Amino acid sequence: MATSKTSKTATATKAAATEATTARPAGSRAAARAASARLDVPKTYKLFIGGAFPRSESGRVTEVTDARGRFVANVAKASRKDAREAVRAARKAQPGWAGATAYNRGQVLYRVAEVLEGRKAQFVDELVQTSGLTAARAAKQVEAAIDLWVWHAGWTDKIAAIGGNANAVAGPYFNISVPEPTGVVAIIAPQSEGLLGLTSVVAPALVMGNSVVVVPGSAPLSAISLAEVLATSDMPGGVVNVLTGDAAELAPWLASHADVNALDLTGAGSLDWISLEQSAADTLKRVIRPEPGIAPETPQRILALTETKTIWHTKSRL
Amino acid sequence: MTTPSQALAPAERAVQLLGGDLSEVALRQHLEGLPTVDAVGLEARAASFGTRSIKTTSKAAALDTVIRMIDLTTLQGSDTRGKVRSLVAKALVPDASDPSTPRPAAVCVYGDMVGNAVEALGSAWSAGKDDGINVAAVATAFPSGRASIGVKLQDTRDAVAAGADEIDMVIDRGAFLEGNYGKVFDEIVQTKDACRRDDGTYAHLKVILETGELVTYDNVRRASWLSILAGGDFIKTSTGKVQPAATLPVTALMLQVVRDWERLTGERIGVKPAGGISTSKDAIKYLVAVAETCGEAWLDPHLFRFGASSLLNDVLLQRQKLTTGRYSGPDYVTID
Repeated sequence: MATSKTSKTATATKAAATEATTARPAGSRAAARAASARLDVPKTYKLFIGGAFPRSESGRVTEVTDARGRFVANVAKASRKDAREAVRAARKAQPGWAGATAYNRGQVLYRVAEVLEGRKAQFVDELVQTSGLTAARAAKQVEAAIDLWVWHAGWTDKIAAIGGNANAVAGPYFNISVPEPTGVVAIIAPQSEGLLGLTSVVAPALVMGNSVVVVPGSAPLSAISLAEVLATSDMPGGVVNVLTGDAAELAPWLASHADVNALDLTGAGSLDWISLEQSAADTLKRVIRPEPGIAPETPQRILALTETKTIWHTKSRL
Repeated sequence: MTTPSQALAPAERAVQLLGGDLSEVALRQHLEGLPTVDAVGLEARAASFGTRSIKTTSKAAALDTVIRMIDLTTLQGSDTRGKVRSLVAKALVPDASDPSTPRPAAVCVYGDMVGNAVEALGSAWSAGKDDGINVAAVATAFPSGRASIGVKLQDTRDAVAAGADEIDMVIDRGAFLEGNYGKVFDEIVQTKDACRRDDGTYAHLKVILETGELVTYDNVRRASWLSILAGGDFIKTSTGKVQPAATLPVTALMLQVVRDWERLTGERIGVKPAGGISTSKDAIKYLVAVAETCGEAWLDPHLFRFGASSLLNDVLLQRQKLTTGRYSGPDYVTID
């Protein structure tokens, strides 16, 4: 991946080349071929903030290349100000998402799986193109990711039964503990496993009603395509915000941000994650460390991003 | 509707500019003779104010200037004495985590809350002098202005008697749009008269044009000019109850009027945009507009104010970001 400020150079050259081809005067067969040839419709992968797809405030992009180094697409490179906007959007969306019933959140997460299933081919293509996986292995990974969304959808109305409890207390009180969402969660997603890695950190944060600002790892194209899925899955805008870009640049701002409640450093193993954790401690954030971390697809991962609320209520004596 | 000259109360500025036989006709000819506004040019100019790069120390200075210019406002039907007390507490200590934070210029409340605001301010109340926090009151049947003149004047007198240092009056937009400039003029003159305190001094009079209801830029220019002629100390864009409220082009236009008035007479009139300015970024654009239209001398709470409630919190968050180097959040400012 090479970084450049001039976003469209590569695509522009490509488009010019195509134009030259179509404009060439030639024999009838060549003309027919030219008439049927379509111009490329290259896609610029933008950020996902508050349900919209803005470019980076900084105007920067990163070029994504395929396994052989050929240009594939430009991806927005988020700045600290984009991170600030993303946190603001996440904060705004969080009470609404947490306030939805567990049943409703489950429906929405399942809907994400449904829409992903319908767009499977696109995700497979993107993975094959950028990660050099074979089509079969890419398909397997996308399917695993879809299944993981379904798995999490099922937990929304069940996790409280594991994380909560009716406590025995020495007095005439009902004493009940229930897990509550911690708030805004900033996530550095795993650097490997593309869509699956991303899903394995984003979905558990969403189950209980947190909102998320995620810096995806190795698969920025999958991350933005996933954002397009989320945008059409009844997920309220701002619940998930995707900041493609340099994790090393963005992570310190998210770690120190006073309005972020938890920091998931699962994909930060190659960064200086100890100072990130120290910086997060200033504002008492929950932190999930990259080592040893918490295994994906476990209830512990969901509960790691919750707070426990305990309620005392008198037992009446009739 | 076109009552002749004697109906108009005497107003010093208008008499000096338009001559002794101040008549509705003379007033109309003067206002309608003002050059029309180039709307496209004005909006382009206003948009350009947002393109200045103001960073680090300049930004810190700008944020402090914004705070000093704020009229911290609560104008809800649901205002309670407690709400006014907490508003005053916020004005006294805007940011408990940083005692160096400047205080806003004034608190702005409904007339019946003036006494409570004065009491809550205690020794920090400026009481008409220059070293403290002013109490501003909205008056004259705010926000609609639809009441008899007697009611409007009594409203004003009550607020001044209770200790209001500044009166924010609304003009009769209906009369203005009918072309009945004389009526609008008279009401401003009479309200100014009602701002008189027992010792002969006057509470500062801010005239709210409610630009969102005046429809055209030409009307805004005429109303600004009319308000100044009638004795207003400040011209204010809006009540905050009508959309659009303050916009950058309208404020820039009003700044041009006060600049022209200073060139003509040497007298400085203040401008107060109010309503809809809720971010530091927007507020700084207004400061740029002030500095580039009227000059930096106008960056003074006596000559420029923001009517705002949520703006202060956003400025405090930005201020905390500059001091601590990390982004702050709504948990670190008050809930208003």
